[in-house]
Amino acid sequence: MTHSATALYDIPGPVTRRRHRLYGIAATVLILAALGWLLYLLFDTDQFTAAKWSPFTYKGIQELLLRGLGNTLKAFAYAAVLSLALGAVLAVGRLSEHRPVRWLSTLLVEFFRAMPVLVMIFFIFVALKVQPLPALVAGLTLYNGSVLAEVFRTGINSVERGQREAAYALGLRKTQVTTYVLAPQAVRAMMPTIISQLVVALKDTSLGFLITYEEFLHAGKLIASNLDYDLPFIPVVMVISPIYIGMCMLLSWFANWVGGRQRRNPKTEAVGVAPAEPGTLLPGRQEPRV
Amino acid sequence: MYVLTDNFSLYGKGFLGTLELTVYSSILALLLGFVMASFRVAPVGSLRVIGTVWVAVLRNTPLTLLFFAVLLGLPRFGLVLPFKVFAVLALGCYTSAFICEALRSGINTVPTGQGEAARSLGLSFGQTLGNVVLPQAFRSVIPPVGSTLIALAKNSAIAGAFSVTELLGTYKPLNELGYSIIWSFVWIAVGYLIITLSISALFNLMEKRWGVAR
Repeated sequence: MTHSATALYDIPGPVTRRRHRLYGIAATVLILAALGWLLYLLFDTDQFTAAKWSPFTYKGIQELLLRGLGNTLKAFAYAAVLSLALGAVLAVGRLSEHRPVRWLSTLLVEFFRAMPVLVMIFFIFVALKVQPLPALVAGLTLYNGSVLAEVFRTGINSVERGQREAAYALGLRKTQVTTYVLAPQAVRAMMPTIISQLVVALKDTSLGFLITYEEFLHAGKLIASNLDYDLPFIPVVMVISPIYIGMCMLLSWFANWVGGRQRRNPKTEAVGVAPAEPGTLLPGRQEPRV
Repeated sequence: MYVLTDNFSLYGKGFLGTLELTVYSSILALLLGFVMASFRVAPVGSLRVIGTVWVAVLRNTPLTLLFFAVLLGLPRFGLVLPFKVFAVLALGCYTSAFICEALRSGINTVPTGQGEAARSLGLSFGQTLGNVVLPQAFRSVIPPVGSTLIALAKNSAIAGAFSVTELLGTYKPLNELGYSIIWSFVWIAVGYLIITLSISALFNLMEKRWGVAR
């Protein structure tokens, strides 16, 4: 139990446990009542009529949804690969010995992290008149690439100093030190944070809906606004959300699993990082160097 | 270049709209996040389950999907409110999951010994919480809550795309009036930068005053 691991209260005795059980029952009853009320509302507003659910039995509609899902995954794949690449480039820039390169990359990273992703996507879509998919991918890449750049940089900076010193003492050049010694350890330790950031990218592909990219939500909207099926809005939400949320949860769970493995892995011993939540660094703040 | 001076009232309205959304949603998110965090550390099993499910679901929900469901879905239940209220609801609930996690990890940074010492001095549960645990947790919670609220301010742009009066939404009328689209976006960007950098400055100030000494 989590009881012993908190500063808040002692391990409860028999009387308190009985009281807690009572609270638990009361809370459970309340939740069940709320869920029941929701179910009643759903029935009351006729959300389970055959007319509203029949569209999902048609092959064409299933294909429409699948195509939407495919487009979502396609945008995610492009955005993930490109942001990893951009993140690597910007991180190298921020770690560079040349001051102008360092300043330029710092400026880019700080700017793109401070801008709402949607503003960038709209700018690329409206002002530069780019097609929806490239606009979405470009916006996601700029934002997530900048965040990943910070993740990479923090990781490399938090590899134990002795590793770097030993590598230099062996006569390796700066590039060799980074690529052979620092980066492999840093990437391994940062893997959970990197994957969590990819979850953000996956979630943000749904912004494509707002620039008429034909992704999953867009397909749902098409079905939901169909008068022939009595505007099946709630059924569409009930079909789409579990799939969307399930995909993100799966990726989040994968990040946690990798994190658990890395903590036990001796190869990450020399990296003293406490991975921050993705994108939670205040702009303009310098992370403490470990 | 003259986009800003010519349309100052339009920009002003959008800026205030974003600010309003951010402030109201922040209040909702902080309150709800606090409640959910206390659920997650409660000794009652079913409350912990609610908190955990709340966080797990909302953290993995795309905000656009949430806006889609709340703004277009809730009216199907006969709940008709202004779009702005719906937007605050969606943004607040979404952000509350992140606030909850920040608060919970803040509470977890307080060593168990602190609570044990407080209790052995005879302090009651309320005193332990109010005088010993929360003041210490508060210090370590400032930076993550600050960054979460910055993310909230940025996410409020999505409300603009769902036709709530908001800074990003100003590009549309300007575009129709024939102003340079690039410059109108520059000023939109400046508006967002003002908001996010102010939150950042506020929280940096708070951290300097109350933060954990490193």
